[in-house]
Amino acid sequence: MTKHDLRGLTRRQLLSRSLAAGALAVTGAGFIAAPNAAWAVEVTVITPDQMATLLQMARDIYPHDQVPDPFYAVAVKGYDSEDMKALVAEGVTALDAAARAAGFDSYVAAGWEEDRVKLLQGIETTPFFQTVRAGLVTGLYNQKEVWPIFGYQGESFSQGGYIERGFNDIDWL
Amino acid sequence: MVAKFDLNDDQVVVIIGTGAGGGVLANELAQKGVKVVALEAGGRYLPEDFVNDEWESFGQLAWTDARTTSGSWRVAKDFAGLPAWIVKAVGGTTTHWAGASIRFQDHEWKALTTYGAVEGANLLDWPIDGAEMAPWYEKAEAKLGVTRTGDRAGLPGNNNYLVFEKGAKALGYKEVHTGRMAINSADYDGRMACQQTGFCFQGCKWGAKWSAAYTDIPRGEATGNLEVRDHAHVARILHDDTGKVTGVEYFDKDGALQMQKARIVCVAGNSFESPRLLLNSASSMFPEGLANSSGMVGKNYMRHTTGSVYAIFDKPVRMWRGTTMAGIVQDEARHDPSRGFVGGYELETLSLGLPFMAAFLNPGGWGRGFTTALDHYENMAGMWIVGEDMPQLGNGVTLSETKDQHGLPVANVNFDDHPNDVAMRNHAYRQGIAMYEAVGATRVFPTPPYPSTHNLGTNRMSAEAKDGVVNKWGQTHDIANLFVSDGSQFTSGAAENPTLTIVALAIRQADHIASEMAAGAI
Ligand SMILES: Cc1cc2nc3c(=O)[nH]c(=O)nc-3n(C[C@H](O)[C@H](O)[C@H](O)COP(=O)(O)OP(=O)(O)OC[C@H]3O[C@@H](n4cnc5c(N)ncnc54)[C@H](O)[C@@H]3O)c2cc1C
Ligand code: SF4
Repeated sequence: MTKHDLRGLTRRQLLSRSLAAGALAVTGAGFIAAPNAAWAVEVTVITPDQMATLLQMARDIYPHDQVPDPFYAVAVKGYDSEDMKALVAEGVTALDAAARAAGFDSYVAAGWEEDRVKLLQGIETTPFFQTVRAGLVTGLYNQKEVWPIFGYQGESFSQGGYIERGFNDIDWL
Repeated sequence: MVAKFDLNDDQVVVIIGTGAGGGVLANELAQKGVKVVALEAGGRYLPEDFVNDEWESFGQLAWTDARTTSGSWRVAKDFAGLPAWIVKAVGGTTTHWAGASIRFQDHEWKALTTYGAVEGANLLDWPIDGAEMAPWYEKAEAKLGVTRTGDRAGLPGNNNYLVFEKGAKALGYKEVHTGRMAINSADYDGRMACQQTGFCFQGCKWGAKWSAAYTDIPRGEATGNLEVRDHAHVARILHDDTGKVTGVEYFDKDGALQMQKARIVCVAGNSFESPRLLLNSASSMFPEGLANSSGMVGKNYMRHTTGSVYAIFDKPVRMWRGTTMAGIVQDEARHDPSRGFVGGYELETLSLGLPFMAAFLNPGGWGRGFTTALDHYENMAGMWIVGEDMPQLGNGVTLSETKDQHGLPVANVNFDDHPNDVAMRNHAYRQGIAMYEAVGATRVFPTPPYPSTHNLGTNRMSAEAKDGVVNKWGQTHDIANLFVSDGSQFTSGAAENPTLTIVALAIRQADHIASEMAAGAI
């Protein structure tokens, strides 16, 4: 991470500490972006820090190291809404409070996944966690673009099914 | 010519629900010249409308009207508002179903006699048996084009099946094959052969799998004796002061309340909606609901002892390719109490796409224990357990405080496993795991039951009026012109997938109703 990568962001609003810890996203006024500026999510209702927290939560709840951030960002984008605003604000505040009690500056600032997972386990029964987790089940795994990463081929009718495309091609039995 | 009957025509037979039971009954009666109005809460979808996408298809076809749950079953926690995965559409759940079509074993018609009294269970013998049902099963198999019956060949096995078969044979299982399926292995009855598309649960776009939606329903309509009204949600069955039913009230597609008169009413809304409707039809004459003098309406709910076993291998399987339910092991279907439970179970291959796997592999699960399983989705194989569960008085449907979009109390579904169910499920998990380990599985998943796909027993058949809701013809003990025509008639669940039996009973019931009508008896 170099300063060069951050051009265009308002420096004052960067979470310098989380950047130092190698966090996956940086926040600016009205958006969060990949540290290498490869993608960005605009937020209009919740704060960029809250969105960054949601994104980290998504990665910690359903961690797939081979799945890049944009899929997770798409999965949590819906929380940037008036309906979700209060739930998110309250949830993130509580999560960060738990993080501080455990000696971290914030949930996102905890560098190790194991530490963050412990913090999440502490809020596992809250409506905030349950809403985010349940939403991810469809929000993440129902993105057609994510399927090929898992090898899943999706619909096959348009290609005539698998009758001539390997329905019984297993060769290692 | 599709028929159109008048709301005041009191000579029609009204059928509520057009699934395996109602859809078949409607066609069979229409073929015999009986005038039928079939009322279906859902819409009409044909193969060209079906979507090969799990959630989108679920949104299109599944019953998502409110229901509530209670009891200690895990579904009540994981899917509190979705106790069952069934369909609301013309053709009912025969659009979604996988097509496994197997007959009951003879002893299963006599559960109480065979198993003896089981503590906590409310077992009963059916008032019919295998000999009585054999000719009706034969007709049902011909209607559905069931493979490995008549002269119909079996389907070829897909990757998921080949793994399953190898494991089964390694354990010494003998009755292992690609199943008796209502899926064409060759062109049959105007429908083409299976193309191994792998979306059987989403409605077969080729029409290779039998569904009432594109077989019995249009054929019945073609006689000119059947009118199917879709988006017609029946609210109440009406009766006169002699206690005979006279018609039904339903909400039409615009939400307007209509009244259709009837000579006979047949209830076929699946095992939650059928008892709910009888209970919601309570009147001053029948304060406990229609046909409920026994108190058994809504009781004895069975859902089969189920669960799945998924396994990961070190090499690809790609289980989603080809038929969803691609094969069966029947060796454990026997009754052999030395295993620690009465009744038996079948093992059948099953595959879910990635989206459903994420939802159902371990509902509520998260973290790397969960995600590393999905990381190897391509290397997964899967099977489903389906075994006989015990009817219990406390399991079933009552009216909930919650109301639906029409203001009607919805079904609350209460369920607790019986110790026999738990013992059977654990046995099946062990056997399924052993099968996969015999093929080199590196990790296995004893997966909990999904929302119920098999729903049975809530208006059960009994020889004596005090023990159940309907007699051997599905006619209610209390009201001569009120019938039950779906899976809620089941006295016991047996180990087998239920639909072939529902269809056989519907064909038989049509024969009975037509001859009783001709004789002027009803
Ligand atoms: C994913 C899946 C896979 C399955 N695989 C198999 C299998 O391989 N083999 C097997 O034997 N079985 C299988 N089944 C089960 C099978 O589909 C059912 O057992 C069968 O369809 C039940 O028939 P039914 O007539 O009782 O009800 P359904 O087929 O569910 O039909 C009931 C109909 O009644 C309508 N209805 C309900 N209430 C009202 C009302 N008040 N007014 C108007 N209409 C109403 C509903 O909308 C519905 O269309 C499967 C089910 C699912 C979900
Ligand atoms: S696998 Fe066969 S039966 Fe299933 S949807 Fe495809 S073509 Fe139809």
